Amino acid sequence: MTTETLPRTVTARRGAAVSWARIRPLVIHVLLAGSALVMLYPVIWMVVSSLRPGNEIFRDPGILVKDLRIENYRAGWNALTEPFTRYLLNSAVVVLGSILGNLVSCSMAAYAFARLEFIGKKFWFAIMLLSIMLPIHVVIVPQYILFSHAGWINTVLPLIVPKLLATDAFFVFLMVQFIRGIPRELDEAARIDGCGKASIFLRIILPLMVPALATTTIFTFIWTWNDFFSQLIYLTDPHMYTVPVALRSFVDATSESSWGSMFAMSVVSLVPVFLAFLVGQRFLIKGIATTGIK
Amino acid sequence: MSALGELGSLRGKKPAGQKKDNLAGYLFLAPWLLGLFLITIGPMVASLYLSFTDYNLIQAPQWIGLENFTRMLADERLHNSLKVTFTYVFVSVPLQLAIALLLAVVLDRGVRGMAFYRSVFYLPSLLGSSVAIAILWRQVFGTEGLLNQVLALAGIEGKGWISDPSTALGTLVVLNVWTFGSPMVIFLAGLRQIPTMYYEAASVDGAGVLARFFRITLPLLTPIIFFNLVLQIIHAFQSFTQAFVVSGGSGGPSDSTMFFTLYLYDRGFGNFDMGYASAMAWFLLVIIGVFTAANFFASKYWVFYDD
Repeated sequence: MTTETLPRTVTARRGAAVSWARIRPLVIHVLLAGSALVMLYPVIWMVVSSLRPGNEIFRDPGILVKDLRIENYRAGWNALTEPFTRYLLNSAVVVLGSILGNLVSCSMAAYAFARLEFIGKKFWFAIMLLSIMLPIHVVIVPQYILFSHAGWINTVLPLIVPKLLATDAFFVFLMVQFIRGIPRELDEAARIDGCGKASIFLRIILPLMVPALATTTIFTFIWTWNDFFSQLIYLTDPHMYTVPVALRSFVDATSESSWGSMFAMSVVSLVPVFLAFLVGQRFLIKGIATTGIK
Repeated sequence: MSALGELGSLRGKKPAGQKKDNLAGYLFLAPWLLGLFLITIGPMVASLYLSFTDYNLIQAPQWIGLENFTRMLADERLHNSLKVTFTYVFVSVPLQLAIALLLAVVLDRGVRGMAFYRSVFYLPSLLGSSVAIAILWRQVFGTEGLLNQVLALAGIEGKGWISDPSTALGTLVVLNVWTFGSPMVIFLAGLRQIPTMYYEAASVDGAGVLARFFRITLPLLTPIIFFNLVLQIIHAFQSFTQAFVVSGGSGGPSDSTMFFTLYLYDRGFGNFDMGYASAMAWFLLVIIGVFTAANFFASKYWVFYDD
């Protein structure tokens, strides 16, 4: 009897081990897919709700649309003092200006830090790193006073000019890291061919740092598009509202019964972020992995 | 590696034998330097000055010495906002990092479709700070919100999570935890750098999954954990949008979501009490500075550098 049962238990155990090894990936996938669904469910539900008649939003936690309606979009688009197009355009101006500013000024500073030797470089570099961690609140009050004396309140200037002056130091750091990875021999060769600092920067470094520039572009796009605090402070005239400020005033202006149009406009405001994410995923992931920017 | 690591390693070693190019260096640095002085240091000095004044934007600032600071000592709403902010930071950051680490470890084990999951988990980090998501949160945790609808399916009666002072802050904690994707990506990058031979050696020695995690992964990952911790704490202290939108700008109900930054906004831009707001801003800087310094100090005891 014992001689018979022993091999059986062994095979049984082996069988169990094999099947666990087999189902383990499956279990992990189910858990991962489950948590992914839980995470994204509210967002998916918001998109679906934006396509539903208002009274159904409160009744249905599901995400199947029975009859698809776009009234919420039409209503939301015109619910505020200006049509939503206006806010989208304002946001676009701020975003494009910020991208241009960051690309030009941060790449210049990064080139200086990564490739040039000058007195006080380490000091300035340390200051640059520290400025990454500085809370905006410490400077916002005097900045506001400064810009209001300049007559810049309710213009896009307070939102764009700082970017032209490389105040987003994360990107300087990101680009420094990237330039350090470009072989110095290339600079040397160009120098021997008679290139000065400026043309080495323009002809050698800039073309090679396109991935870093792309990362900067996409992050600037998403952050500026989402930025609320500074846009709330500087843009108080409804004509100048950007998308986040307009959305926020939606919350105040409308009763909770118009969740449908509020969601519709929320979805509209998230579309550019989502597209930027789809296009720039690779750069975004690389960007945070190397510098830890949000 | 990171900005933090870089800052620590700045001392010493000069690259020898390179010709100085001071003029070119400063020319390329000019926009940044201009920004540093005009947009950062100048306003910092001004804000330090204003913190000792009474200033409402219309009349000239009046020097009142330490009065703003003594007022802060007696300001109950400020004390409450500190309590709210600290609770938020201390609860949401560890939770967020723990989940980020857990999922990074799971994903790093060569799960199929890793890139897909990574993207899905990362997406909320990009959306999380937007007004749209804050609006969504208001609905999800509202009386007739999505959460209560789902709970009703299970026969549980929910409540107005946002209108109840005891749970309102919790909804914001959930929102912050939800954005665990960006620390997760940093963890994933860190996990990639652990040599596989360590694991192979441990397997040969008969170490199980847990032993390998606690003896190899965790110690070797401490620099990354430290980096994420410092970053997320600094970040969480400055949270604003979510609380502002979810509470309808009021920090309510009964100041239960009145973050320090929200109160600062309320003083400075709601009541044009610019002197007091400046004093608060400096206090915030000191708090963040103390926390960061304390983190660096404590890191000597738990962060392990493998070199």
